[in-house]
Amino acid sequence: MYAWIWRHLPGTWRTKAATAAGLIVAVAAVFWFVVFPWVEPKVQFDDGVVDTPTPTRTP
Amino acid sequence: MRTLIRGMGELTITAGLILMLFVTYQLWGTGRYTQNQQDRLSEEMLSDWKSPKFTTERVKLGEGLAMIRIPRFGEDWRYVIVEGVEREDLRKGPGHYPGTALPGEVGNFVVSGHRTTYSAPFNRLGELRRGDEILIDTREEQYVYTVTDRKIVKPSATEVTAPVPGHPKRRPTERLITLTTCHPKYSAAQRMIIFGELESAVPRVERA
Repeated sequence: MYAWIWRHLPGTWRTKAATAAGLIVAVAAVFWFVVFPWVEPKVQFDDGVVDTPTPTRTP
Repeated sequence: MRTLIRGMGELTITAGLILMLFVTYQLWGTGRYTQNQQDRLSEEMLSDWKSPKFTTERVKLGEGLAMIRIPRFGEDWRYVIVEGVEREDLRKGPGHYPGTALPGEVGNFVVSGHRTTYSAPFNRLGELRRGDEILIDTREEQYVYTVTDRKIVKPSATEVTAPVPGHPKRRPTERLITLTTCHPKYSAAQRMIIFGELESAVPRVERA
């Protein structure tokens, strides 16, 4: 998969390396700012609240 | 055949890297959001306290209610407590269970906070000992609560948020505080509950 991408990048190996690095950063940014915030509510490993609190008012 | 195996290998390694990135996001990235929210809330709340305008209006969900400081965690440890304990609220910092008592009131002032994500405000709750102070600053007063007990309970133990913790039907007579967070540290399997009682209150004065 990666070898295929590498072969199809334009330019010398320096250009390829720079483009590859840029692509990695771009993909990582998409994950960090879009995918992860979307997934995060579905991965409840740090909730802290005692179930769904019903307000317990003084009678 | 070889390309297939290589492809699968690359895919799984990529998946692993993405997962590690996600863990970094959870434990570090979320904290940045919370710090930004805390800075904003702190500024809003403190400037609101300075203004001469006085209101008995309830604090809206998501807004800053009080400042919590715990000396055991250091001189600089402080968080704005927001009103509400929904996901959106707890992302900004520790949240006050709506409907439970306000600071200093008779009843149970219940606050929940994240243990490991979103700046992990209640990360070190397990270090609190009996007698440790929990300081709650509001516009007029600084309330000094002291820790009385610690319990590990199931997430369904909503009775700890009652005006008399553990006894939902009883009428309250004491001024109490209850802090809730996840337990063990990287799990939501249980909750750690810290109980405390009001020891003293001192009027707050703006520094000249």
